[in-house]
Amino acid sequence: MHPNMATTTQTIPGGQAAQTARARRRNPKRPIWQEQPSPAGQGAKSGAIVVMLLLIAFPLYSVALTSFSTQASINIAGGLVVWPHGLTLNAYRLIISGGVVGRALMISLAITAVGTAISMVVTILAAYGLSRQDSFGHRTILWIMMITMFFNGGIIPLFLVVSALGGYDQYWALILPSAVSVFNIIVMRAFFASTAAEVIESARVDGAGDWAILRRIVLPMSKPVIAVIALFYAVGYWNSWFNILLFMPSDSVRWPLQMVMYNYVTEGMAMPGSGTSGVGQYLGNQQIAPLSLQMAVVALTVLPVLIVYPFVQKHFTKGVLLGAIKG
Amino acid sequence: MSAITKGDRSGSGSGREPLPGRPPGALGSGTGAGTGPWWRRGGRPAAPRRTLRWRARLRRDKALLLMTLPAVALLAVFGYAPMLGLVMAFQSYDLYEGFFHSPWVGLANFQQLFSDPGFWHAFTNTLVLFSVQLALFFPVPIALAILLDSLLSRRLRSFVQSVVTLPHFFSMVMVVTIFNEMLGGSGLLDTFLRSHGVRNPPSIMTDPATFKFLISGQLIWKEAGWSMIVFLAALAAISPSLYEAAAVDGAGWWSRLWHITLPGLKPITILLLILQLGYALTFGFEQMLIQLPAVGPGAGQVLTTFSYENGIVNGDFSYGAAAGLFLGVTSVILILAANKVAHLFGEAGLYRK
Repeated sequence: MHPNMATTTQTIPGGQAAQTARARRRNPKRPIWQEQPSPAGQGAKSGAIVVMLLLIAFPLYSVALTSFSTQASINIAGGLVVWPHGLTLNAYRLIISGGVVGRALMISLAITAVGTAISMVVTILAAYGLSRQDSFGHRTILWIMMITMFFNGGIIPLFLVVSALGGYDQYWALILPSAVSVFNIIVMRAFFASTAAEVIESARVDGAGDWAILRRIVLPMSKPVIAVIALFYAVGYWNSWFNILLFMPSDSVRWPLQMVMYNYVTEGMAMPGSGTSGVGQYLGNQQIAPLSLQMAVVALTVLPVLIVYPFVQKHFTKGVLLGAIKG
Repeated sequence: MSAITKGDRSGSGSGREPLPGRPPGALGSGTGAGTGPWWRRGGRPAAPRRTLRWRARLRRDKALLLMTLPAVALLAVFGYAPMLGLVMAFQSYDLYEGFFHSPWVGLANFQQLFSDPGFWHAFTNTLVLFSVQLALFFPVPIALAILLDSLLSRRLRSFVQSVVTLPHFFSMVMVVTIFNEMLGGSGLLDTFLRSHGVRNPPSIMTDPATFKFLISGQLIWKEAGWSMIVFLAALAAISPSLYEAAAVDGAGWWSRLWHITLPGLKPITILLLILQLGYALTFGFEQMLIQLPAVGPGAGQVLTTFSYENGIVNGDFSYGAAAGLFLGVTSVILILAANKVAHLFGEAGLYRK
């Protein structure tokens, strides 16, 4: 099932001897029956891969480089910088020293941390609570949960309910309404009910209580699925934008990073403190290039993803497959 | 720990603890001398025993039920309460009167909705954007998966895979911003073309006529790599002996692709395609909302943004909720229909028959 163990790495032992003469020129990983690709095909393949990688990497590179660039080098480039001329850390120094972006960064980090913690506790508990095949009412509860995946009240009743609970302009309105993903519960439940099922059952037979089983057996066994689901939740909180627009549209001082990016970069509004002419912000008496500051905001929205990604990436296949096929 | 995990399960049948009040052999697979199910055997009436069983299970699973409580509570407040709130679609909702005291208007909101040209425009626009997006997007992950699967070097393959999967984890605001900086009015392409003597470079980000291709491009950039993973797994599940036998019989690359690879991908393709159709009316809400100011409602208005703009932005809550209810109900019908089609194709779909 694992895509890394793909078909092409298979070799056929029987054919090996007869092919030794040609084997020297062949890639040893290529299956014996597969013909050597033509130079044109090989070239097209390499070209496609290079183009693909560039399409993703080049915009990120250019954005990152511009965020480190001086106004002079932005002027030379006439916009986004592709070749480095003058480099500076001023945009980031300004962000660290506070102001709109620095504050938004801290707010986003806090929402992501608190939200992910809440979501994980709720999801793990629910997934374990529903994982036992014969437990009381688990089928009914599962149905009650799954109905919300296919039908919901929509934006407007949700807005009115949250407002009625006093959530307008409150940070909890950015966390609690999206704290439970039924899909994630189902993925995790499928894991508990399959991979961990035997161990759980034998612990039960030995008289261990459910809380103890969850803490001492299930959690240590389930690190991969927990890592993937935590990443899904964290990315969800970090990237969410519409619920800020819905519940916190005007309080710009308390906006998280995505809303700051939307208003000051995507929509190109002038950042507070930059004056009506939009000349840019000052750090001491140095002017910060507005474009460099904007691109620093974009880079900062990507940075946490880039930091966490390598650690969780190897588990994706499993997580995605569980979700796509069993879910 | 190890004592617990090595517990002997041989004596316990299916591995669950015996329940009080349940006769021995209750779980046995009909080995009890063919006298019918356990609750019919013996002379005592069935009812009290079943009650006991029910209570015993409740007592045994108290902890498990308690664990589901936080999730159920959150879904009740933020999932079910808004569903009940949909009654406002039949009211003329007043912010100060609330759900309970707003005047009832029956189907007036829906009559207004179905005679609103703006609504029908959003409806057809949703279908157009969805179809174009689906036709352009859907083949890309399959092609990507076939390309990646043909790479012999494991390291190169996993490197390419991690790069193309990455944009899935970017926010839609970020993706639109990146496209804006690359292709937009003062973006990289624009600057490049102008400095090379092009007088009027194409306004890719704001042209309503090409908006459907723009959103398809954004979706491909963001999601193609992520969607590819499922196809890669399906490719890995195709038996290599099929390829080998075909090659021995003289089948070339193209005929192996046509007769082995693509048929191997057919089940998952049909499944994903059908699931996509189920979400036809609700797709791309954030993507459209972010770009509505740039392209205008003519090209960018879809049903979800129509509901949002009328309900929240214009404050006509009941009208927006009516559009939302229409959207929700048609989406459920679409999902059920899509599953029906999946069953006709012999696929499992979202749920089984």
